[in-house]
Amino acid sequence: MYSYMGMGMGSDPMERLVKLASESAVVIFSVSSCCMCHAVKRLFCGMGVNPAVYELDQDPRGKELERALMRLLGNSQAVPVVFIGGKLIGSMDRVMASHINGTLVPLLKEAGALWL
Amino acid sequence: MQSFKAAAPHTTPDMGDDDFNPAKAFHHDDSVDLSSGSIFSLKSSNVDVVGNSLHYDAFNTGIRAAEIVSSGTGCLDTGQFMYQKGTTLGNGHIENWGDSGLADNSQQTDTSTDVDTDDKNQLQHGAIITVDQSKLKTGDQKTLQRLAQNREAARKSRLRKKAYVQQLESSRLRLTQLEQELQKARQQGIFIVSGLSGGHGLSVSGNAALAFDMDYAHWLNEHQRLINDLRSGLNSHLGDSELRILVESVMAHYDEVFKLKSIGVKADAFHMLSGMWKTPAERCFMWLGGFRSSELLKILGNHLEPLTDQQLMGICNLQQSSQQAEDALSQGMEALQQALVDTLSSACLGPTASGNVADYMSQMAIAMSKLATLENFLHQADLLRHQTLQQMHRILTTRQAARALLVFSDYNSRLRALSSLWLARPRN
Repeated sequence: MYSYMGMGMGSDPMERLVKLASESAVVIFSVSSCCMCHAVKRLFCGMGVNPAVYELDQDPRGKELERALMRLLGNSQAVPVVFIGGKLIGSMDRVMASHINGTLVPLLKEAGALWL
Repeated sequence: MQSFKAAAPHTTPDMGDDDFNPAKAFHHDDSVDLSSGSIFSLKSSNVDVVGNSLHYDAFNTGIRAAEIVSSGTGCLDTGQFMYQKGTTLGNGHIENWGDSGLADNSQQTDTSTDVDTDDKNQLQHGAIITVDQSKLKTGDQKTLQRLAQNREAARKSRLRKKAYVQQLESSRLRLTQLEQELQKARQQGIFIVSGLSGGHGLSVSGNAALAFDMDYAHWLNEHQRLINDLRSGLNSHLGDSELRILVESVMAHYDEVFKLKSIGVKADAFHMLSGMWKTPAERCFMWLGGFRSSELLKILGNHLEPLTDQQLMGICNLQQSSQQAEDALSQGMEALQQALVDTLSSACLGPTASGNVADYMSQMAIAMSKLATLENFLHQADLLRHQTLQQMHRILTTRQAARALLVFSDYNSRLRALSSLWLARPRN
């Protein structure tokens, strides 16, 4: 469930993000000490989903990725950020909103993260 | 045992008092700086202990304390002074005073209030008492012993009083210092709750809490009004389109409360979390600053029937997703609490004296940032509640939605009524 990023091939952080995001059905960018990230992880696990989690504080180039995420979201909070099927879903509020309005589960099924 | 010093020329604080009891008010005006809260004259300014208004009676008839006491605020409440341990002065036999009469002139403690023996028969500027000499000349052994004991007790009492007065003094200084610091800090924009500066204004966070409470109360009133309109609309069998308008206004009004809460959370997260803006029974069932999103559908229960299959599925999914989201946020909060525990408990274990301060500061900084995420959790919880309400509205027909809103509102008002009943219940 928790994957480690390979050494950066000198690629642009945004490219790295996109690459990592498309490698698994559900990708969560997180920071190990972040409690909201913990909540997001628990949400997916509670649904029976097995997300790929990247802890940016454990990556040597994590800071770059954090900044890229902030730009992507237009947010001061870099994490947590969720990608499903390579597509950006967003932060906790977006994830929860889509779960409540019933759009999250179909997305997960579509990406192959959920069966039944 | 009581004695007084002449008022005019000396500078020692004149606090003769036996059985010193700080609780007794000791009033002086004029020469003494009576700051608020200070009971005693604290300075060593000249104290006109026995004002001009005191009445000196003939001593062989004893001092009538009432005369002395009645002369007003400028005077001592000497009722206590005169009658130590039930000794009366009625017949002029002033055993206790005799002590002071025999006291050596050199007994000049800081609080010395002994009457000069030379003057024991004369009225000095401030002296009240003289000794009934006839009795003393008998040289009664027991009397002398008792007098000595009294003197000792009085001395101890004076020392105790002195210590207490010094304590009061330093507390007063400290208080002034604190007030000044507070003033400075407030000017620098630090949020401090203050009751000291007599209503110059609450701290910003105090204001925010009050502001929210007031706005919420106002919102609640308006909500009740809209709900009543909806109820009468439903009961009078309005058409769907008219009913829809009423439902929409209730829903739009719910949008308002979430806006208020959003402001409140940013201004004073702890106040929102505390639920002090709710009644006790509501507060009891609170979750992260409001109602449980999963509870909403449980409360609605069977009132929504009949439901189509699609609606039923929608409701079940909503029940499940709201529960899951709620659990996720709860677990996030637990992680937050654990992180705070870890951070704050490690701050105590500094290895060296020098390492301590830096460690402490950095740990506190970490704890502060953890605490800041509390706002985010409250915000997410409110979002969850709002979205659950909106989704419910989407799934249901107008009439069902009307019923649902009434049921939910009634539940809450009954909970509030329960709080009132509880608070008013007779206790044995």
